Amino acid sequence: MTQRSLIERVVGAAILVVALIAPLLFNTYWVSALLTQMLLLGIVAASLIFLSAYGGMVSFAQVAIYGIAGFVFGNVVTNGNTKGLNLGWSPWLGVLLAIGIATLVGVLFGALASRSFGIYFLMITLTFGVIANLFFGQVTDFSGFGGISGIPAPGLIGRVDAHPNRLYYVALGTSIVVFLLLKYVVRTPFGLSLQGVRDDPVRMSSLGYNVTLHRTLAFGFAAFVAALGGVLFVWWNGHIDPASIDLSAMIDVLVIAVIGGLYRVEAAWLGAFVFVVLNNYSQRISFVGPRFHTLIGLVFLAIVLVSPNGLIGLWERFLDLVASGRSRGGPAEPIAEIPAGSDA
Amino acid sequence: MSARTASFRSAGAVVAVLLSVFALVWILFIARGTSFGPAIHDRKDFLITLLNGLTAAGLYFVVASGFTLIFGLMRVVNMAHGAFFLLGGYIALKLQRHWVGEGGSYGLQSSQVNMRNWIIPALIAAIIVGFVGLSMQQVFLRWNQGQELRQALITIAIAIILADQMLAHFGGVAEDIAWPGKLDTFWNLRVAGVQYTTTRLFILGVAVAVGLGLWLWLKKTRTGMVIRAGVDDRQMVSALGINIQLTFAIAFFIGSALAGLGGVMGGSFASLAPGVDSNWLLNSLIVVIIGGMGSLAGAAVGALLLGLVTNFASAYLPSDYTYYSIIFTFVLLAIVLAVRPLGLFGRPA
Repeated sequence: MTQRSLIERVVGAAILVVALIAPLLFNTYWVSALLTQMLLLGIVAASLIFLSAYGGMVSFAQVAIYGIAGFVFGNVVTNGNTKGLNLGWSPWLGVLLAIGIATLVGVLFGALASRSFGIYFLMITLTFGVIANLFFGQVTDFSGFGGISGIPAPGLIGRVDAHPNRLYYVALGTSIVVFLLLKYVVRTPFGLSLQGVRDDPVRMSSLGYNVTLHRTLAFGFAAFVAALGGVLFVWWNGHIDPASIDLSAMIDVLVIAVIGGLYRVEAAWLGAFVFVVLNNYSQRISFVGPRFHTLIGLVFLAIVLVSPNGLIGLWERFLDLVASGRSRGGPAEPIAEIPAGSDA
Repeated sequence: MSARTASFRSAGAVVAVLLSVFALVWILFIARGTSFGPAIHDRKDFLITLLNGLTAAGLYFVVASGFTLIFGLMRVVNMAHGAFFLLGGYIALKLQRHWVGEGGSYGLQSSQVNMRNWIIPALIAAIIVGFVGLSMQQVFLRWNQGQELRQALITIAIAIILADQMLAHFGGVAEDIAWPGKLDTFWNLRVAGVQYTTTRLFILGVAVAVGLGLWLWLKKTRTGMVIRAGVDDRQMVSALGINIQLTFAIAFFIGSALAGLGGVMGGSFASLAPGVDSNWLLNSLIVVIIGGMGSLAGAAVGALLLGLVTNFASAYLPSDYTYYSIIFTFVLLAIVLAVRPLGLFGRPA
């Protein structure tokens, strides 16, 4: 074990311990409002980073998938008094349907977009995301402009204001599972050939790999992860409307992923933490006030200009200074080198 | 892979043909449960829907042609294009209000506005937005040439900041620019008794003029030749001793100014409010994805398809389902991507 990975493991373990005992260290507001939101946004951003780092696909559609999961759950479990289908079915059936339908939509989106590369992929997924947003805004059968309110979490978790720690631990557990799952998938034969597709689609194709299928399946898998985040979101928020998945929400998740760093999955939660804390405390800074988005735009611009690899890139540079300067053997290439616009 | 791709393509093409035939038959002869009924019985509303589609396509084209010009030459996806659209609209709005006044208790009416008080704000707005785009390119994008993703992220950051600052300065209430009184009338087409709004025909006229102007510029002038050469091979053009950076700057200025001009027309035709920017970014993206990025003809065809599909879908769906019309935008996009992933007129980079 190199000195670098030793340092990283110690820091990671320390963060995990803090996260596990967070309800003892922080007040209820921090746990229920900030940390839970950080975890679920981190899950969505992690699905984006997975696609970017291992598939070479920067997707805007993750928020749409997360929204579809949320809307499906809301339609299935609510019972009167709100917009939507009000089916009033069991919440666990709701979870199953939400994740299943969102994943299927993800596979469809992936099948359509997967023959496009680089910046084209970004644009196509952006249009899918905005169309999903407009769909839920216009189609009053499923939501309409005002959205679905009063969505209950399963009884095991209960109301968030009554039992803030339960949802926090569920979100923490899901985050850990998602992190380990992503780490595992990229080591499977599928994950390895996906990385081959990322690096050279033409060569992989001539070796007999189905490039389009690999990218479609990776997109579907990432949709599954984003759907987990969507279900947690409606449990946490109790409400979902088209504004939850509009362009600015899509950009927020991209900002989280870029601030964290687009090439390591851990960076998702780091970016989400910075985003949520900035969002919360910028209101109190007098010269920022309600202009949170100007501030986050400036931070985002600074990150893209100064450190294209995000905060995790700064952290690795710091590690390089501390440890002996061994070259980094990470799985993915830094963002500046992601091949874009190449075509199979 | 090629056999599979080919079967995928031909399946997509068959679906596209079947769907178009069905749509045509439905609109012309069946149209059950719609508000207008089939076109053979109601020629007037069919003609109005067609004109609505064409004029909407005009505005889509003006905005998207700027987007595709920038992309074609520099491979820059300008995510701030929608924000530029909104900015152009707001600048013209404020200039017009400054010169004409706030109007009466119902706001500024078109009867109080003459031709000059619409055209001059529109031109100034387009030029200012052109310079905003130019400075964004010079300050942030010029030294990142070739890093497509990073450039897209930079323009997203600019779009976030611009949108938030516009919300701070112009507020969240929807406002619209007043058309000149002379344009705000109806035009008797003498076909099926249709009286059609002159302003929409004016938008279509501007779109045709912009299209012709861009075509002449690209085909007949030296700058245009350099741009066309640059679209094909940037390195070769600069190796020949041509100042490609100057060409980039000109293209970015014109492309952004077209977004600003589109914003003035869009703000007169509909209204200006937060969120309009993301709708117009979406419209531009759909038009260029359908038409093929970097192609002017592709932008025209993409704009026509999008304008016609959205207008006919919302007019000829059964009345209880009109709000599903957004699905058709997605279907249009999906079919084009299945048949031609690079768009109808797209070429590999």
